[in-house]
Amino acid sequence: MILYELIDFDVLRVIWWVLLGVLLTGFALTDGFDMGTAVLLPFVGKTDVERRIVINTIGPVWEGNQVWFILGGGAIFAAWPPLYAVSFSGFYLAMFLVLAALILRPVGFKYRSKRDGVTWRRNWDWALFVGGAVPALIFGVAMGNVLRGVPFHLTEDLMPIYEGGVLWKLLGLLNPFALLAGVVSLSMLTMHGAAWLSLKAEEPVAGRARAYGAKAGIVAGVAYALAGLWLAFGIDGYAMVNPVPADGPSNPLYNEVVRGGSWFAAYAQRPWIAIAPIAGFVGIALTVLGLRAGREASTFLASKLAITGIISSVGLVMFPFILPSRTNPDSSLSVWDASSSHQTLFVMLVAAVIFMPIILAYTAWVYKVLWGKVTADDVTGESHSY
Amino acid sequence: MEFDVVELSRLQFAMTALYHFLFVPLTLGLSILVAIMETVYVMTNRPIWRQMTKFWGTLFGINFVLGVATGITMEFQFGMNWSYYSHYVGDIFGAPLAIEGLMAFFLEATFVGLFFFGWDKLSKVAHMIVAWLVAIGSNFSALWILIANGWMQNPVGAEFNPDTMRMEMTSFFEVMFNEVAQAKFVHTVSAGYVTASVFVLGVSAWYMLKGRHIELARRSIAVASSFGLAAALSVVVLGDESGYSASHTQKMKLAAIEAMWETHEAPAPFTIVGFPDQEARETHYAIHVPYVMGLIGTRSLTTEIPGIEDLVAESEDKIRSGLIAYDALMTIRAERDATPAEVRATFEDHSEDLGYALLLKRYVDDPRDATEEQIAMAADDTVPHVWPLFWAFRIMVGLGFCFIAVMASFFVMAQIKGMRFPRPALWLAVVMIPAPWIAAELGWIVAEYGRQPWTVDGILPTALSASHLSVGDLLITLAGFVIFYSVLFIIEMGLMVKYIRKGPQEDVEATEVWMQKHERRMRSSGEVSPAE
Repeated sequence: MILYELIDFDVLRVIWWVLLGVLLTGFALTDGFDMGTAVLLPFVGKTDVERRIVINTIGPVWEGNQVWFILGGGAIFAAWPPLYAVSFSGFYLAMFLVLAALILRPVGFKYRSKRDGVTWRRNWDWALFVGGAVPALIFGVAMGNVLRGVPFHLTEDLMPIYEGGVLWKLLGLLNPFALLAGVVSLSMLTMHGAAWLSLKAEEPVAGRARAYGAKAGIVAGVAYALAGLWLAFGIDGYAMVNPVPADGPSNPLYNEVVRGGSWFAAYAQRPWIAIAPIAGFVGIALTVLGLRAGREASTFLASKLAITGIISSVGLVMFPFILPSRTNPDSSLSVWDASSSHQTLFVMLVAAVIFMPIILAYTAWVYKVLWGKVTADDVTGESHSY
Repeated sequence: MEFDVVELSRLQFAMTALYHFLFVPLTLGLSILVAIMETVYVMTNRPIWRQMTKFWGTLFGINFVLGVATGITMEFQFGMNWSYYSHYVGDIFGAPLAIEGLMAFFLEATFVGLFFFGWDKLSKVAHMIVAWLVAIGSNFSALWILIANGWMQNPVGAEFNPDTMRMEMTSFFEVMFNEVAQAKFVHTVSAGYVTASVFVLGVSAWYMLKGRHIELARRSIAVASSFGLAAALSVVVLGDESGYSASHTQKMKLAAIEAMWETHEAPAPFTIVGFPDQEARETHYAIHVPYVMGLIGTRSLTTEIPGIEDLVAESEDKIRSGLIAYDALMTIRAERDATPAEVRATFEDHSEDLGYALLLKRYVDDPRDATEEQIAMAADDTVPHVWPLFWAFRIMVGLGFCFIAVMASFFVMAQIKGMRFPRPALWLAVVMIPAPWIAAELGWIVAEYGRQPWTVDGILPTALSASHLSVGDLLITLAGFVIFYSVLFIIEMGLMVKYIRKGPQEDVEATEVWMQKHERRMRSSGEVSPAE
C-alpha cells in the first residue's frame, strides 16, 4: 500500500501531535467534570438524596467520558510507542494509583445505591472522592515532571531504563514544582465539576457547588500563574543541538539534545502560542464570574476554554519535545523521533477521521437526550438511578 | 519459581487478564440476549418481555461495570510492565487497540448509560436501538483486541526496521485479516454467547425450581437455549478452525497441546488422555484414537504434523540463522547509513529469524558469544510446558461438548408444549453455571501459556519484553491488585446474588402502568423524533 505517501511523514507527525493534545484535552473536558464532581460530592451533598443527585448528574455519562482516557492510552500506544513505553513504566507506581482510583470510581457510581446501609453509602462516597481527587492530582504532577524532564535513558536497543529505586520513583515525582502543577490540575478540574453541577443539579446542591467552584477557580488561576513564573525563571528547558530531519527514523538516540535555557524561549520563537495561556486565564476569570453570577451553560463553556488553554500551553511550550530526559537529554522523546511508522500513522489517521465525527455526533445526541437538571424526584422515583 | 521481574510481570498480567476475562464473556453474550429480549418486547408489546429486559439488564449492568473497570488496567499494563514489548511491536500492536477504542469502547460506553437512564426519555424503538448499539460495541471490541492478540500468535504484515530497532507494519490488511485473528474472534465471542446462555439458563432454572417468576424463567430458557445451542456449536467448529490454523502457524503450540513428542506418520492419532512427561519426552498411559489428529490438524490423510523433537531441531536452525541477522544488525547499528549493501542484504535474508537469536539473551548478553550448549538450551526453551496445555485443552473441549448436550436438550424441551422441565435437568442447569467460565479461562491459558516462550511468536521472547522494574515495584502492585480485585469480586458476587434473589424489580402490572404512561408521554412530545 503506497497510499500512505499521500501525506508526508512530518505532516502526519504534527497531526498526531495535535491529536494527542485533542485526546488529552477531550479527556480533561469530559472525564474532568466527573472527577471534579466526585471531589465535590462529600461537600455539596449534605443528605443522601442530595448526594444521589450529584452522582446522577454524571451517572449516565461517566462511562463514555472515561473512554477518552482509554482511547488516549491506545492512541499513544499506536502513534507514539516510545512515549507509551517510557512514560507508563517510568511512572509505574503513580500509574498504579491512577488505575486503582479509576477502577474504584465506576464501581462506586454503580454499586453505591444498590444497598441501603448508611455506612455502605458513606464509604462509597469517600471512595468516589478519592477516585476523583487522586487522578486529578496525579495527572498534574505528571505534567509537572514532564516539564522538568524525567530521569530515564534509552539503551542502544532502545530499552527504557529508569533511574532510582522503588519508592524514589514515586516520591521523586513529588517535587515542589510538580506538586504545584498538581494543584493547578486538581483545582481546575474541581472548578470544572462545579460548573457542571451548576448546570445539571438543582438547588441547593448547585448553589453550594458554585461557591466551592469559584474558590477553586481562584486557586487554579493563582497556581497557574505561579507555575508559569516558576517555569520561566526556575526550570531548565530543552533544545535540539542540530537541526533535526522532521521525517527521519523514529530513533531518539539519533538526535542530540541539550538541557538549559528556558522553555519560555518558545514564546520568542512562536509568539502566537501566547494565545494558549491567555485562553487559560480568560477562561478561569469568566468561569469564576459566571459561577458567582449563577450563569449556567456559558460558565461551563468558559471552564472548557480554561482547561483547553492550560493543557495546550504545556504542549505548545514544549514543542517539539514530548518527554524530555533529565538525566540523559539525548534520550529525550520528540515529535520528530518518537512516532510510529509513516504507514501506521496514516492508517490511524484514516481510522480517526472516520470514527471521531461519528463519536462526537452520537455523544452530542446522548447529552441532548439527557439534557435538563437532575432533581430529587428523578432520584427517588426511579429504580434504576444510581 | 524464580521470583524475578519477568516472572512476576507474567504472573501479574495473567492474573489481571484472567480476572478481566471473568466479566467479558458475560458482557459479550448478555448484551445480545438483552437486546433480543427488548426486540421481542418492541415487536409484541407484551409487558413480560420488558420485565425480562430490565431484569437481565440489571445483572448485565453489574457485570459490565467491572468488565470496563478491569479493562482499564489491561490498556495500560503493556506500557507499565512490558515496555520493551511496547517499543518493539507498538507500531503494529497499538493500532488495533486504538481502533478498538474509537470503534467499540465509545459506542458501548456512551450508550450503556442511556440504556439504564433513557427508558423515560426515549421511544421504545429508540431504546431498543440503544440496546443493540451496546451489544454491537461490546462485540466490536472483542474483534479488535483479538486482531491484536492474533498478531502475537501469528505476526503477519510486519518487518523489522534496523533504524528504529523495532517491528513496523507493512500491511494493515494482513494484520486485520490474519486468519488466526478471525478464527479466534468467532471462537471467543461464541464462547461469550455460551457463557451468557448458560448463565441465563441456570438462573431461570433456579427460579423454576423455587417456583418463582415462572413466566419470566420459561421465556428466558427458551431464548437462552436456542441462542446457546447455536453458540455452543459455533464454539466447537471455530475451535477446530483455530486448531487447523495452528497446524501451519503455531506448530509448536499444537504439538505441545497434543503432547506429540515425535512426528507421526500421517494421519496422526489423537491422544484422548495420558500423562505427558516433559523430561522423558513421552506420554505415559496414553489412549490414542487413530487418524483423528491428522484429520483435525491438517484436514488430509497425507500431511504430516511435526512433533516436538523435530520442531526443536528446526528452532536450532533458526537460532543459527538468527545469529547471522543479529551480527548484521550490529554492523548496521554501528555504521548506520555507511553500512555496506551486502550487510543489509544479509540482514534482510535472515531478519525473519532474528527473534530466535534473541532467545539467547537469557543466557548471554551478546548472543554471538553463545556456546553450543546455550544454543541447545535456547532451542529447548521453545517447547512450552506440555502438561498444563494438554489438560487445559482437554477439559475445555470436554466442557464444550457438555454445553452442546445441555443446550440441545433444553432447546428440545422448550419446544414441547407446556414446557415441562424435569427437576434433575433444572438442577443440572444451576450447577453448570460456573462451567463456561472455567472453559473460557482454560481457553485463555491454552492460547497464551501455549505461546511461551514468546510474547510475539518467533519475534520477541517473553524474557526480553518486560519493563526495567524492580522486584519491589512488582510486589507492591501485585499485592495491590490481589487485595483490590478480591474485594471487588466479593462485592460484585454479593450484588449479583442479591439481585438474583430479589428477582425482577417491577411486576407485570407495574410494567403495564409504566407502558401506558410512557405511550402518553411519547405521544404528547410528538413521537416523531426519539431525541425530543
